[in-house]
Amino acid sequence: MDLVSPNPGLILWTAITFLILLFILRKYAWKPILKAVTDRENSIESALLKAEAVKEEMTRLTSENEALLKQARAERDAILAEGTKVKNQIISEAKESAQKEGSRQIELARIEINNQKAIAMADVKNQVASLSLEIAEKILRKQFEDSKKQDELVKELLKEVKLS
Amino acid sequence: MKSKIFNILLICAFFLTLGAFPTKVFSKEAKAEKFDAGKTAMEHIADKHEWHLFGEKVVVPLPIILYTDKGFEFFSSANFNTEGNIYKGKYYNYSLVHDKIKAVDQAGKVDDVATKKVWDFSITQNIAGMWLSGLVLIFVFLSASSGYKKRVGKAPKGLQSFVEPIILFIRDDVARPNIGVKYERFMPLLLTVFFFILINNFFGMIPFFPGGYNLTGNIAVTFTLAFIIFLVINLNGNKYYWKHIFSPNPWWLFPIMIPVEIVGIFSKPIALMIRLFANMLAGHIVIISLISLIFIFNTLWIAPVSIGFALFIDVIEVLVVFLQAYVFTILSALFIGMAVQEHHEAQQEVI
Repeated sequence: MDLVSPNPGLILWTAITFLILLFILRKYAWKPILKAVTDRENSIESALLKAEAVKEEMTRLTSENEALLKQARAERDAILAEGTKVKNQIISEAKESAQKEGSRQIELARIEINNQKAIAMADVKNQVASLSLEIAEKILRKQFEDSKKQDELVKELLKEVKLS
Repeated sequence: MKSKIFNILLICAFFLTLGAFPTKVFSKEAKAEKFDAGKTAMEHIADKHEWHLFGEKVVVPLPIILYTDKGFEFFSSANFNTEGNIYKGKYYNYSLVHDKIKAVDQAGKVDDVATKKVWDFSITQNIAGMWLSGLVLIFVFLSASSGYKKRVGKAPKGLQSFVEPIILFIRDDVARPNIGVKYERFMPLLLTVFFFILINNFFGMIPFFPGGYNLTGNIAVTFTLAFIIFLVINLNGNKYYWKHIFSPNPWWLFPIMIPVEIVGIFSKPIALMIRLFANMLAGHIVIISLISLIFIFNTLWIAPVSIGFALFIDVIEVLVVFLQAYVFTILSALFIGMAVQEHHEAQQEVI
């Protein structure tokens, strides 16, 4: 029966000891420890969240960079294409103008040639005319050396006049 | 493997040689006084007025504090070892009878009327052991706590990393699921209860200093702990808790349910008290009984058997030490949780 009858002295001392222990441990151990653990858990959690955010930011940046790169590449291609086009245009324009210039030059040359030809022809004609006159003069002189022939011609001319 | 077997054989051989020696000392004692295992066990588990550091040889006397109808008495328990176990106090003569202080007359006869007037508030072995364990707890947790201050936000180290998982276990697996959102208020109590029971269970398992006492197997201690839990439960009980007790759902259940619920208020802490007390006491009795086999059979030949069994029970007791501290704490948390939970009714309807 001693076994199950609590001793008041032991009850009193246990209660006092336990309450003092509870008080001391609560103030100097449990509260700081629990607070530190909770703080650490919070900081770990926030660090994890931050890491996640940074990771997301990184992916975003990477994709952004890729987009930028893509855009730059496209732009470069466009610029190159534009350049090629402009080059071709310039070349073709140059060709065209060269052709035009050439043909103009040819035309001018032709006109000049024609002019020169005409001048030359006129000159030739004059020469021929004067030469003919000279020849005719010389021939006439030869023919009208005798007067008989002159009379004959005059007569003939006069006949013609009468007819008309 | 071979050397292990050899070692075991060597140990057995050692015991065999011991057994071969005539156990004169034992037999003489046995002839003089018949060994009573029951009495030995009861003596072992009972509280004492001296601190038995190492068996019965190294004993530290402890202060005796008595409150009598005439006033307080203070003296050392060493006084009982002289003059035929009688100490002449200021108001009465005292004697130790089965480790209980009794008021006696000059001849040493127990005076029951006077004994009833004497209240024993002595610092017994249990109390001294409890203070020692309390100091150990304070040392351990204050140094762990200072570790948190020194290394703010860093990983735990040393003692810290030893106690932190247990504290987290109590928080995450005992307090939070059973009490709910208000768990933080009760954490200090639950942690103190858990570690107080755990360390005293453990010290109880050590047969010599700093153990050698049987605190958690003493009904006065478990009663005090259970009473504290009882107060916490009922002082924190909210309106749902009291409504559940005093107005059961269908009104015609009133005459049956109210007495049942009122019994329930008291049976919960009583269950806590009995469970811890009986478990720890049973462990102590089983081990001391197994060791007593040596003295009952009065031969050393039985020693390997009884030590083997005692070791086996000891290993189980190590488990029980943790288990009982855990069970006491988790049930306390559960009962507190039942008292502080909001929307108690809604939950019941679901069930």
